[in-house]
Amino acid sequence: MHALRPGGADSTAGAGRPRSSEQPRSFTPAAGKIVLGPDEIGRALTRVAHEILERTNGAGDVVLLGIPTRGVPLAHRLAARLSQVEGRPAPAGSLDVTMYRDDLRLRPARTLGHTAVPASGIDGKVVVLVDDVLYSGRTVRAALDALGDLGRPRAVQLAVLVDRGHRELPIRADYVGKNLPTSHREVVQVLLTEVDGQDAVVLSQGPAEPGRADGSESGSGTGR
Amino acid sequence: MKRHLISAADLSRDDALLILDTAEELAQMADRPIRKLPTLRGRTVVNLFYEDSTRTRISFEAAAKRLSADVINFSAKGSSVAKGESLKDTALTLEAMGADAVVIRHPASGAPHRLARWVRGSVVNAGDGTHEHPTQALLDAFTMRRRLGRLDGLRVTIVGDILHSRVARSNVLLLHTLGADVTLVAPPTLLPVAVSSWPCDVSYDLSAALPKTDVVMMLRIQAERMSAAYFPTVREYSRRYGLDAGRVALLPEHAIVMHPGPMNRGVEIAAGVADSPRSTIVEQVANGVSVRMAVLYLLLGGADGGSDRPEGSR
Repeated sequence: MHALRPGGADSTAGAGRPRSSEQPRSFTPAAGKIVLGPDEIGRALTRVAHEILERTNGAGDVVLLGIPTRGVPLAHRLAARLSQVEGRPAPAGSLDVTMYRDDLRLRPARTLGHTAVPASGIDGKVVVLVDDVLYSGRTVRAALDALGDLGRPRAVQLAVLVDRGHRELPIRADYVGKNLPTSHREVVQVLLTEVDGQDAVVLSQGPAEPGRADGSESGSGTGR
Repeated sequence: MKRHLISAADLSRDDALLILDTAEELAQMADRPIRKLPTLRGRTVVNLFYEDSTRTRISFEAAAKRLSADVINFSAKGSSVAKGESLKDTALTLEAMGADAVVIRHPASGAPHRLARWVRGSVVNAGDGTHEHPTQALLDAFTMRRRLGRLDGLRVTIVGDILHSRVARSNVLLLHTLGADVTLVAPPTLLPVAVSSWPCDVSYDLSAALPKTDVVMMLRIQAERMSAAYFPTVREYSRRYGLDAGRVALLPEHAIVMHPGPMNRGVEIAAGVADSPRSTIVEQVANGVSVRMAVLYLLLGGADGGSDRPEGSR
C-alpha cells in the first residue's frame, strides 16, 4: 500500500500542470478476490445518491467533497446522479487532508493532493464527505479539521463506498455502499476507472505481519 | 528530498517540481478565511540572520507560522555574536534549544554548509555571501511558471551585478535543471571569472538580448560588497544596463519583468517599469511565502529523513 500512496494522481487535480510525482499504478487483480464489480459499484452509488436525496430533502444545499485520491471521482459520480434525479447541478469538489493527518511524522513528507471547493462555498451548506474506504476513521478526522479551516457547514455527513470496520475513533458513515467485514491483515483496494482504468473492489491477504505498525488509515484506494 | 537545502544544485528536477507543485497547492491557502495549517505544530524553526534582511526573514517567518511551527528570530545585531561568539558555538546553542530547522543568512559563502555539520536539524540557506539563495530561485521559477505556464524552453535573461549575486547563481543552476535557457547580461567586470563553466550564455548587450527574452530579471548593484570600481559611474551603468521604458518596448508581448528586491529605482530599473503590469515584483514576494512553506513542509513535515535523529529525542 505504501507503494501506491505517493502522488496526488487524481484525474481532476492539476490538469494542465506538470505533476512531478505521478507514478504509474500497477495492479494485478489476480492478487485478490473481487468483492464488487463495476455493476455493483454503480448500483451502490445510485443507492447512496438516493439516500442522500432522501436524508437531505432533495439535496438542495448539498456540497459533495471527495477526499483525494479516489474519493474525488466518487464525489463527482454521486454529483452526476444527484443532478440526474433532481434536474439541477450538484456542486462537487475535493478536499485534501494531508496537512491535517496525525501520521505525517511516520513517513517521509507526502505529496499534497488538490483541494477544490465549489464556488458556492461551504458556509451554511450540508457537506457530504466522500471517500472510498472507511477504516480507522483517522482520514475523516483529518477531513473534519480541514473543513473547519475552510468554513462552517450547517452539517457534515460522510459517504463511503466500502466500510471495512475497525474504527479507532468515534466516527461512523451516514451512507455506505457496502459493508465489508475484514480482518486487520486483509487489504481492501478500490479501483476506479478515472484513476486505475477499471472499476473494482478487491479484497486480498496482506503481508504476513506486521499488522498496522502505524495504526493509520492507509492511502487512498486501499485500506489494509 | 534531502535533509538540507543549501544549494539549488542539490535539487533534482523531480525535487524542484515537487516543491513547485506543493507550493501551488499551498498558494490556494492565501484565499482562505483561516490561513493556517496545523502541520508543523510543535516544531521549532530558528531564523539565524547574520546579515540585514527584510523580505526573506519575514517571508520565512510567515511561512513557518502558517504551518504552526514555533519561530525564534535570531539576528546577529544585539546578540552574543556581537560579543564575539563563533558560528559553531551559536549552532550548539541552537542545537541545545532543539531547533528542528535553522534558516541561515550569512555574509560568508559556505556558512550554511558548515552549519549543516554541526546541527541535527535541517539547514535552509537563506543567502550565503555571494554564493547561493536557493529559495529565491525557487520562488522565481514558481512565479515564471504561474505567469507563463511553463519553464521548459523558457528564455530567461538575468541582468546586472552577477559577480556579487547569489540570486543569479541559484537561478542559473535551478533554471538549467528545469529546462530553461538562461542568458546573463552584465559588464565584463561584474561577471565571475568562472562564468564560462556555468550552464548559461553570456552577453554584454542588453538591447540585443531583450527581443529573444520571455523573462528579464534585473539585479541590484550590490555596492556594499564592492571593494573596487567596477564601472565608471552609476549613470553610465544605468544607461547601458538599466531597464527603462525604451528597452521594455523591445521585449516580446508576453514577457515579464522580475526583480528579487530590494530595488534601486532609477539605477537598474526605471520606476515606471517596476510599477507596470508586466512587473511581477510584488507577486514574487507573495509567492515567496508559498514556496518557503513548501520547502519547510517537505523538509520537516514527514518522518526524519536522516535517521541520525531518533524519534522522540526532542
